[in-house]
Order: sequence, then structure tokens, then C-alpha cells
Amino acid sequence: MESCPSIKNILLLDSEGNRVAVKYYSDEWPNNSAKEAFEKSLFTKTQKTNARTEAEIAMFESHIIVYKFVQDLHFSVTGAENENELILVTVLQGFFDAVGLLLRGTVDKKEALENLDLILLCLDEIVDGGIILETDANVIAGKVASHNIDAAAPLSEQTISQALATAREHLARSLLK
Amino acid sequence: MAQPFLKKDDDHDDEVDYSPFLGIEKGAVLQEARVFNDPQLDPRRCSQVITKLLYLLNQGETFTKVEATEVFFAVTKLFQSRDLGLRRMVYVIIKELSPSADEVIIVTSSLMKDMTSKTDMYRANAIRVLCQITDGTLLTQIERYLKQAIVDKNPVVASAALVSGIHLLQTNPEIVKRWSNEVQEAVQSRAALVQFHALALLHQIRQNDRLAVNKLVSSLTRGSVRSPLAQCLLIRYTSQVTRESASNTQTGDRPFYDFLEGCLRHKAEMVIFEAARAITELNGVTSRELTPAITVLQLFLSSTKPVLRFAAVRTLNKVAMTHPIAVTNCNIDMESLISDQNRSIATLAITTLLKTGNESSVDRLMKQITTFMSDIADEFKIVVIEAIRSLCLKFPLKHRSLMNFLSNILREEGGFEYKKAIVDSIVILIRDIPEAKESGLLHLCEFIEDCEFTYLSTQILHFLGIEGPKTSDPSKYIRYIYNRVHLENATVRAGAVSTLAKFGAMVDSLKPRIFVLLRRCLFDTDDEVRDRATLYLKTLGADGAVEDMKEFLFGSLDIPLVNLERSLKNYEPSEESFDINSVPKEVKIQPLAEKKAPGKKPTGLGGPPPAPPSTIDAYEKLLSSIPEFANFGKLFKSSAPVELTEAETEYAVNVVKHIFDGHVVFQYNCTNTIPEQLLENVTVIVDASEAEEFAEVASKPLRSLPYDSPGQTFVAFEKPEGVPAVGKFSNMLRFIVKEVDPSTGEAEDDGVEDEYQLEELEVVAADYMLKVGVSNFRNAWESMGPDCERVDEYDLGPRENLAEAVNAVINLLGMQPCEGTEVVPSNSRSHTCLLSGVYIGNVKVLVRLQFGIDGPKDVAMKLAVRSEDEAVSDAIHEIVASG
Repeated sequence: MESCPSIKNILLLDSEGNRVAVKYYSDEWPNNSAKEAFEKSLFTKTQKTNARTEAEIAMFESHIIVYKFVQDLHFSVTGAENENELILVTVLQGFFDAVGLLLRGTVDKKEALENLDLILLCLDEIVDGGIILETDANVIAGKVASHNIDAAAPLSEQTISQALATAREHLARSLLK
Repeated sequence: MAQPFLKKDDDHDDEVDYSPFLGIEKGAVLQEARVFNDPQLDPRRCSQVITKLLYLLNQGETFTKVEATEVFFAVTKLFQSRDLGLRRMVYVIIKELSPSADEVIIVTSSLMKDMTSKTDMYRANAIRVLCQITDGTLLTQIERYLKQAIVDKNPVVASAALVSGIHLLQTNPEIVKRWSNEVQEAVQSRAALVQFHALALLHQIRQNDRLAVNKLVSSLTRGSVRSPLAQCLLIRYTSQVTRESASNTQTGDRPFYDFLEGCLRHKAEMVIFEAARAITELNGVTSRELTPAITVLQLFLSSTKPVLRFAAVRTLNKVAMTHPIAVTNCNIDMESLISDQNRSIATLAITTLLKTGNESSVDRLMKQITTFMSDIADEFKIVVIEAIRSLCLKFPLKHRSLMNFLSNILREEGGFEYKKAIVDSIVILIRDIPEAKESGLLHLCEFIEDCEFTYLSTQILHFLGIEGPKTSDPSKYIRYIYNRVHLENATVRAGAVSTLAKFGAMVDSLKPRIFVLLRRCLFDTDDEVRDRATLYLKTLGADGAVEDMKEFLFGSLDIPLVNLERSLKNYEPSEESFDINSVPKEVKIQPLAEKKAPGKKPTGLGGPPPAPPSTIDAYEKLLSSIPEFANFGKLFKSSAPVELTEAETEYAVNVVKHIFDGHVVFQYNCTNTIPEQLLENVTVIVDASEAEEFAEVASKPLRSLPYDSPGQTFVAFEKPEGVPAVGKFSNMLRFIVKEVDPSTGEAEDDGVEDEYQLEELEVVAADYMLKVGVSNFRNAWESMGPDCERVDEYDLGPRENLAEAVNAVINLLGMQPCEGTEVVPSNSRSHTCLLSGVYIGNVKVLVRLQFGIDGPKDVAMKLAVRSEDEAVSDAIHEIVASG
């Protein structure tokens, strides 16, 4: 059947193969031990490669996996064997760059764990149930970090600084128009 | 972007290896979650606790039902806060907790409120959360909002609704299908991703309507699709349409080819690649159509991005299997990929080159591969070996260098699978290329001198025994073989003894020397080795009847081993010695339950590939073991089991109908589902008054039927020979029931006779038809000729659709559909179905069914039957006429 491109999982592991944040969209891995086994074999297969400048690619257990490393972080995206590799790598790049934006350039395990909420929101904005939601890093990061003030809330409930921030934002918007 | 991204404090900058989750513990975090209940919510603190909970879940920690419920209820309190960041975390954790239906109700109203909020972010996320956790009943309530959201001017909201629609289509298709108008509108959206999601959903809604898909594709290929992802989807849908309509437009240009070719000039690489791949996968693609696709893929080969190179070389590798010539242009680029850092790319490049290379480039290629082999993993090596084997079969003249290559890598380190692949390849080359035989055998001899795998050693010894004596100088192998007797384990030693004996039997000049060697083996420490040596010395030493001896010792056993094993088990020691001729010789394969590994690789050392398995063997085995049925002849067909009881009754019984030429045997499979009962002397009383042509001849009761262990009882009927007699049988299960003490499991001594009514059973015409396919129906049809053809038309009356009518006729006749014609394309108005089978009496039958559907679902059918016998053709028509 001709189907929509789908993502089986997105993983963010550290340089020892431990989880920082992972998200599975496929029920091919029914439980945690199956997931861990997959992560372990992925890690051993890829750890020696140099995927720092360009995303690398591997094929095993009838999955296509694209991955990219930075500092002590390993980013990877898994898709089906017959998936268009370039779609997978677009998703990977979107995730990779969005994390870079959210962590303001200092992308390492410590920073990622300290801002784990941002990473998790980021994953949530990229793929929904295996379907690609967004691949543009700027849009993803923007959605994750967007004004954390509810614009609909009455002004009286906001603190002064929040009110100022809101005002500044409104001003910036009207200027941009 | 002007606004700074949210970022946490950097207090811990100077600490090394600090993790905010160091020493985190589930119990403590669950305690912390109590802050969710505070009247004065601290959004930041709540966010942190949620992050900790998510961290635990992410690390594989599980919450018990109680814990999850508790957290969930606490989280629902957080909807009071208006902090957007916190709300986002609430959405995420609700999805992770995947609440049960009764819990969902708690958050429904909050989520529905968010769904209608003015804040885009709330609307988008609330839709995604609600659609993920909701069930069908709630869906109708929120349907209105979802439809609105699909056409929302905020692309994030629209995408959220569309993606949720794609998920919901799996569970609630009838609801989602009502949204087509809105989805159609969204396809025209200016936002790239909305267009992508809308197109995916629209196609899924319409996928069963070929005409609609066709229209959708035609209109979009002309228009402008903005998003590369949507364009990729469109390419997939287009090639699907092309594939389905290919049969209708054999002449002229392929529809949509221009569109695909145009996509090769798209600015996004993913679209270019998708289009190139689609072109290479077109049915019966011509080299003219291939050229532009190959050209762009060739450009990708020299990209700096490994993913692009991989994608291109993988696709070209596939093309090389069917169109090697078209790929030869890329050979130079391919060769540079042999040294690619990424070994997957290198392996794919090499195997492609092996497929496209010509004879003159083989030597150069082999040189490159030799350096390459040492640093790739075994699994890649096996791929290369297989490619080399097919190359060698293609260019037999190059066998010397290829054989040398194989023997070299055979000596290097490697695992069993890898070594086996090499040995298999050498064996195949020896078999198929006579000139390669002598050198190949010597390579194998050298290999077993230092082989750690018993399996490979014994297989090679066996092979040497067959091929060695036929060579010009058999004596040179003896040393290698006899060395095994000294140096190896018992299994290999026994194999070596057999091989030695084979040389002795086949080559007279070697016989005296072999005898000397075999006599030495008589003092081996292992029984099997000694026994073999004794046997061979005795039989080969005897004068006369040497040919018989050879046949006895080394001829292939034409009896399936399972049959022999069973016969030996049944044999009771008596005056009469075991007669091997009494073992049935029909090839019997294990029942379906034992799955065979997909045997796509050519069998190297093993025997011929096993025939496709069938359940009939299991039955035949069973029946032949019952003396009463032994003289019924060959089993013609066994039906699928027919249930004679409702599910979950006291006794579960199903029946299998075994059809013989002059008999029918009913096999009743009974299961006792009551632990407190033991059934004994179980029989089925069959009333055949509505089956006039049948007469009961034998019945085999089941001695005992304990709880939950199925058993069989049989009833056999005689019927006129070769006649497809039909009839109805009513069945009554009769048995003696004994109470069983559940604590001890012992049955009481006294039992009560009891009966249990079973459902009726019918023998129908389809029971006399064996499903036997033909590979080329047209040829078979033509060669059968029109002599015994019978054609007639039937009105099948109103039917749900064509597919249902086609299935009904196939089931009625019990024949094998050919060439996939049992599948009716959706919405087609007419269909031709081809069937083949063997009718009782071993008469081949071919059937051509032409169906047409009329306005109010009236189906008409034209039935054409060809067979070797007029009477059978008529019989088929009778079946349809009465069915």
C-alpha cells in the first residue's frame, strides 16, 4: 500500500548509549526491554562512525536509521526499510537543529537534561503518532519556546514583568506587520 | 526571532557530570506531585515535577495502576493555571499516562474548553490530546470543532486536526469520512504542512475509490503542491495510479510519466529522490524512461552527504537486478564508493558493480574487494559472497580468480554463517562449472584441515565422497580425509570413515589401501566410528553383488526419513524382520505448524529444496496408521475442519472430511472442556439417512478423552467409486462419562453412558475438488482445447458487490484461483476470475468465470469449463446450477 511516510522512533542517547529522551511511535517494540535492546544494538552499530559533520545512515533489522552526533549526544530517527531516506534525514535535521536553537548552541548531555522539558516538547512537536508534524527547526523551536504567557488571561492576573513582556511582544508583532 | 527562547538557570555550570536527575526516585517524585493540589499553584515548580515524572517514564520506569491514576487526577488540577508552559507539559503527560476511559471523562471538559480557546497553541494541542485519548462516543460531540479546526487559518491548528483525523480514521472511519469537504479545502491551503497532512488524510479517506484517487492525482499533478513532503506523497499516489491502470494502457505513453520526470527537477532532494525511485519501480520500465532517473541518482552518488549516497546506491542496486545495462554508466562513481567510510554504502556499491560489471573488469574488481573484505562485518561479507557466486555463474571463464578469492577468504577469520556462505558458494561452483571442480575440491580439503565447525566438516566430507572418486586422481584426497580420523571429534571421524568407504567402493585401485585405513578405525574410541568401519569392511570386503552393495551403502535413500522413523517405531520385534519396502514412500512434509525459513537462497550442501508443505500429509500419516482405513487407497483430499459445536460448550467437536476414491472418512476432533469429567469409549453415531449413496463401513472409537487434551474418533463410509456423491449426515456424540476428583485427578470406577447432540455435517461437491494451481492459465487453457468445453450463463441474483459473488462461487467450487484473479478491484463493474483444480478421478479442470454487475446489484455470470472429460465439465455446471 502506498502510505504516508512514517517515523518509527526518535532517540536521543548519550555517548554511552543511555537514554536522554526517546519516543517510540511503532508497536514493533512491545516493551521496555525490547526498546532497550534496540537502542543498544543501534548504539554499538553506530558509535564508531563519525556522524558529526553530516548525518550518517545505517540499515539493520529491516529499519533505516539516520543519525547524527554532537558532543556527547547521539540523535537518531528510525523508519521502515522502504522509507525515503531523505525524508527521515529531514526529520532528524529538524530535531537536531531545533534542539540546538532551544539550548542556544550549547548542545550536550548536561544542557539537554537540564532542559529536558524543552526536549520532550520538541519531540512532541515534530512527530505525532508516527506522522511528521513539522520539520522546520525554527518553527519547532518557536512552538516549544513561544511566549509562556496565556494571552487570553486578563491583565490583572499577570505580573508587571509578564505584562511588559506581553506588551513588548504585541509591539514587535505590529512592527513586523 | 526577537524573543529569547526559554531557558533554565545555569547555576550548576562549574559542576562536572551534574545531572538534574541524579538519584531520582519514583516514590519521592510521586510525593512531590502533591504540589499539583496546592491552592496556590507554582507553575514553574509544577513544570519541574512533570518533567521529572516524564523523565522516569522515559527511562522505562512504570507506574502501577494506582500510581498512574493518582498522578492523573493530580495533573487534571493543573488546568486551573493559565501558565502556557505548564499547560504544554500537562498535555504531554496526559498523553504519556494514556488514561482509561473513565478517567478521560475528568479532563474532557477542560480539553474541550481549550479546543475552543482563542489561543492557537491551546486549540492545536487540546485537539491532539483529546483525539488520542478519546473513544468513538465522545468523537461525535467534538466533531463540529474538529471540522472547524481543519479549515482553521492557523496552520498548526489545522495540522493538529488533520493528523488526528489520520489516526482516527483507523478506529472511526465513518465519522472521519464525513469531513471530506473540509479536508478537500485544506488541500488547497497555502501552508505547506497543512497541505501535506490534508493530502494524506484525503487519500486515505478515498483509497478504496479508484476513480476518486485518479481524479485527485490528476488535478494535483497539474496544480502546484508547495510542500516537498506533500509532493512526495503525490508521487507515491501517482505511481500507485499508474500501476493500477497499467493493464489498460499498453499502448502509447505511460500516464503521469511526464509528471514524475518533472519532479526530477524539483528543488528539494527528497522529491527528486522519491520521483527517481518511483520511476525505477514502474512496471516494465523501459530504458528510455529509466535514463533521466539514473542520471539524477548518479549525481547523488558523488554527494558529500552519506544519506544521499546511500539512498542512490541502494536504488541503483535494485535497478541493477533487472536492468544492469542501465546502471553501467554509474560504474565509475560506484567504484569510488568502494572505499566509502560508510560500509553499507561500500557493500551496496560492490554488489551493484558485481551485477553490472563485464567480464574484463572482474579481475580488477576482485582486487579491490580483497582489500575491502577485511574491514566489513560478516553480514556484509555474506552479501558480497552471494554476489560473487552469481557473478561466477555468469562468467564461468573467470572461475579461477573467483575461486581463488573464495578460498582466500575461507582461510580468514569469520563466523559460521559467513563460512557456510563461502562453502555453499564453492560447492555450487563445483557443481555448475566442471573446470572448477578439482581446484574447488582441493580448497575444501584444505579448509577442513583447520575447520572449527563440525557441521561444515561433515558436509564437506560427504560432498568429497560424492565428487572425489569421480576426479582424475582420487588418491590425493585420501590423505586429507584420513587426517580427520586422527584429529577430529567423533562426529567428523564417523563422517570421514564413510567418505573413505565411498572412495573404496567407487575406485577399485584404491580399495586395498582403504581397507588398511578402515581397519585402523576399528580401534576408535567411539561406537559409531567403529560400527561404521566394521560395516563398510564387511560389506565392501564381500565378493560379488558389489553394485547392490554400493547402492545399499551410498545410494540415496528414497524413503522420507520421517516415514522410516515412524515405521521403525511401529515395528514390534518378532520373527518377521523389518522390511524397508513396507515404509510408505510418498513425500510427506511436516504439518503447517512447523514454519520453514524462507528458502530463497540456493541450497548449497543440502538436498533438493523441500516441496511446499501441506496439511494433507499430517492427515495422511494419521489415517495410514489406522488399519481399518489402510485399504482405502490414496487420500484424495482433506477438508478444513468444520465446527460441529458452538464455541464454549462442554465438548468441542470439529470434523475433517477425508475423501478417498471409494470411501469417505470423517475425523471428529473432540475436546473435553470439563475438568471434573473423563470421557471413555467416545464414538460418533452418524445417521446417514439423508445421504443415500453412503454406507457406514467402520468406526474407530476413542478409548479415553481426559480434560483438555484433544482426541480423535473416526467413522468411515463407503460410496460409489469415483462418484462425487453428496449428502447430509446428522451426528450424535456417545460416550461413557466418569466423574473425576479435581484434587487428586483420579476418575471414579463407574461411569454413566451419555449422549451429546452435534450439528449436521454435509459432504458437498467442493469436497471432491482439489485446489491445484497452474502457473500459466492461458497456456493451460489453450492446451486443454475446446473439445470438452461447456459454457453457460447464470444469474446469481442480487449481491452485496462483485467481490462477494466471486468469493461465493470460488467457495462453492472449491478450486484454486489463478493469477490473483480472486481479487476484485473495488468499484469495478465486471471481473474475470480464473480457477483451476483437480476433480476426483484425477481430472484436471479449468474454469473461466466472467462476472458482470447490473444497476441494482444484480450479478450475472458466464461460466466456461474446460476439462479432460466432458462428464466432469457437466458436473461443474451442475454444481453451480444447484449451488
